[in-house]
Amino acid sequence: MKFTKEHEWVNVVDGMVTVGISDFAQKALGDVVSVELPKVGKTFKQGESMAIVDSMKASSDVYAPLSGNIAEVNNELVNHAQWVNESPYEKGWMVKIKIADSKEMDSLMDETAYNEFCAKQPAH
Amino acid sequence: MHVQHRGRMVPFAGWEMPVQYEGIKAEHLAVRRSAGLFDVSHMGEVDVKGPQATAFVQNLITNNVHKIVQNQCLYSPMCYENAGIVDDLLVYKHDSEHYMLVINASNVEKDFSWMQKNNSVNAELKNISNETAQLAVQGPRALAILQTLTSANLESIKTFWFQMIELSGVRVLASRTGYTGEDGFELYFPPEHAKTVWNAIVNAGSSEGLQPTGLGARDSLRLEAGLMLYGNDIDENSTPFEAPLKWTVDLNTEFIGKKALQQNPPNKKLVGFELLEKAVARHGNPVVINGNEAGVVTSGGYSPLLEKSIGLAYVPVDHPETFQIRIRKEKDVEAKKCGYRFYKRKKKEIA
Repeated sequence: MKFTKEHEWVNVVDGMVTVGISDFAQKALGDVVSVELPKVGKTFKQGESMAIVDSMKASSDVYAPLSGNIAEVNNELVNHAQWVNESPYEKGWMVKIKIADSKEMDSLMDETAYNEFCAKQPAH
Repeated sequence: MHVQHRGRMVPFAGWEMPVQYEGIKAEHLAVRRSAGLFDVSHMGEVDVKGPQATAFVQNLITNNVHKIVQNQCLYSPMCYENAGIVDDLLVYKHDSEHYMLVINASNVEKDFSWMQKNNSVNAELKNISNETAQLAVQGPRALAILQTLTSANLESIKTFWFQMIELSGVRVLASRTGYTGEDGFELYFPPEHAKTVWNAIVNAGSSEGLQPTGLGARDSLRLEAGLMLYGNDIDENSTPFEAPLKWTVDLNTEFIGKKALQQNPPNKKLVGFELLEKAVARHGNPVVINGNEAGVVTSGGYSPLLEKSIGLAYVPVDHPETFQIRIRKEKDVEAKKCGYRFYKRKKKEIA
C-alpha cells in the first residue's frame, strides 16, 4: 500500500489501483456523513479532485493519486458513509482507477515514509 | 480541563475552545437523548445599572423590555439605524435598575462601544465578560443532573426565567435557557469556580450519559433547532424582518432602527432547506434559481437526528419551493425549501 501527501492510499494490482483515504485522514475529518464519488469512465489527472468526503465539520476533496480512468466506484459506500471511519482500508475504498502511467507511482510514499509524514502534521 | 476530556482545541474569538471531545455526532445525539455540558465562557456579558437602566435597554433592543419582570430573560436583536443587526442578545432583568446583557464573543468590543455611543440616558455600563464564566447544561436529563447539586427547586425556574442559586457550594445565576433546542440551563459565575462546577456536573452526570460537548455540536444543534448564528445567518446586512425574527420586534415601543424597519420592505428572506441529494451545503454556497445565483447559504450542515443535509439561506422575497445549491463550481445540488425549525422538542406529556 502506498500513500499521498493528501492522505489518499492506493493499492496496486495489475495496473488497477484501489483508492481510499487513510486512517489518519478519517480521524482528522471526524464523523463522515456523505461521500460524493465520480462516474465510471471519467478521466482524471494526478492531483485533480475526483471525490468529496463530507464530515460533520467540513467537506474535503479527495484527489486522484494517479492519472487514469475510473473503472469502478464503491456504490455501497454512498449509502454507508460511516465506513470511511470504521474501515478506511477495506469497506471504505472509494474508486478503482485504471492507471495511465505507472511511473507516477514513484511520487507516492510507502507506509514508513507516510507514518513519518503524519507524525509531523498538526494534531487536529 | 478540556485536555482531560480529549478536547480538540481551536482558537475562537481569542479563546482556546474545544471543537469536539468524543466526536460531533456522538455529542450531538447525547444532548438530544440525555445531556451535554458546554463551556461557553467566551460569551460576553455587560452589566447595566442605574435609574435609567430600563430606558437604556429599551432604546437598544427591538423587543419590548417591559414584557419581562424581575428574574426573567428576553431574547432580542439590537439594530443600527438602518435596521441592520449589530448583534443578538439575551437580556436578564435583575430589577428595573439592573440588567445583564449576554452578547456574542466575537462582538464584545463592537457591541460595548455601540452601547456606550447610544447611552444618552447615562446608564452605568460595565463589560464583565472577563469576570464571568458560563457553562451550559442542555438536554432532557439536564434538570435531573443539576438538581442533585443544589437544594434550590430547579423545576420552579420556568423557561426563560432565572434565579440566583447555590450549586455545589458556588453561587451561580441559573437561567432556563440555551442554544440547542433542548430543555436545560445556562450557569453564570466567577471564573475561579469554573473547574469546581465543571467537575461537579461531570460527576453528577456520569450515570445519566452526560457528555462534554464542543463547539462543533453546539453549531449542529443550534442549526437543527433553527436558532440564528450571528455572523452567519444574521449580520449588519440583514434585518430582523429578513431573518425569521419578526417575533422579536415590538413596533409599539421605541428603539434604534425602528424607522428603517417600518419604512423599508425586506429585500430578502431567510428560509430553511434540505438537500435532495447526498452532499452537504456550507456557509457561503450560492443559491441558484432558474440558472442564476440569486441567494446564499448562511448555515449548512448535516443533521445527525434527521439524517439529512439541512441549511439556512437568504433567497429573494419571491422564491420558488425548490432551487439548487452550488456546493462546487460545477456542482449544483437540488434543494427543497422547508421550515427553518428542523427539530422541535416534544413537550413533556402530562401524566
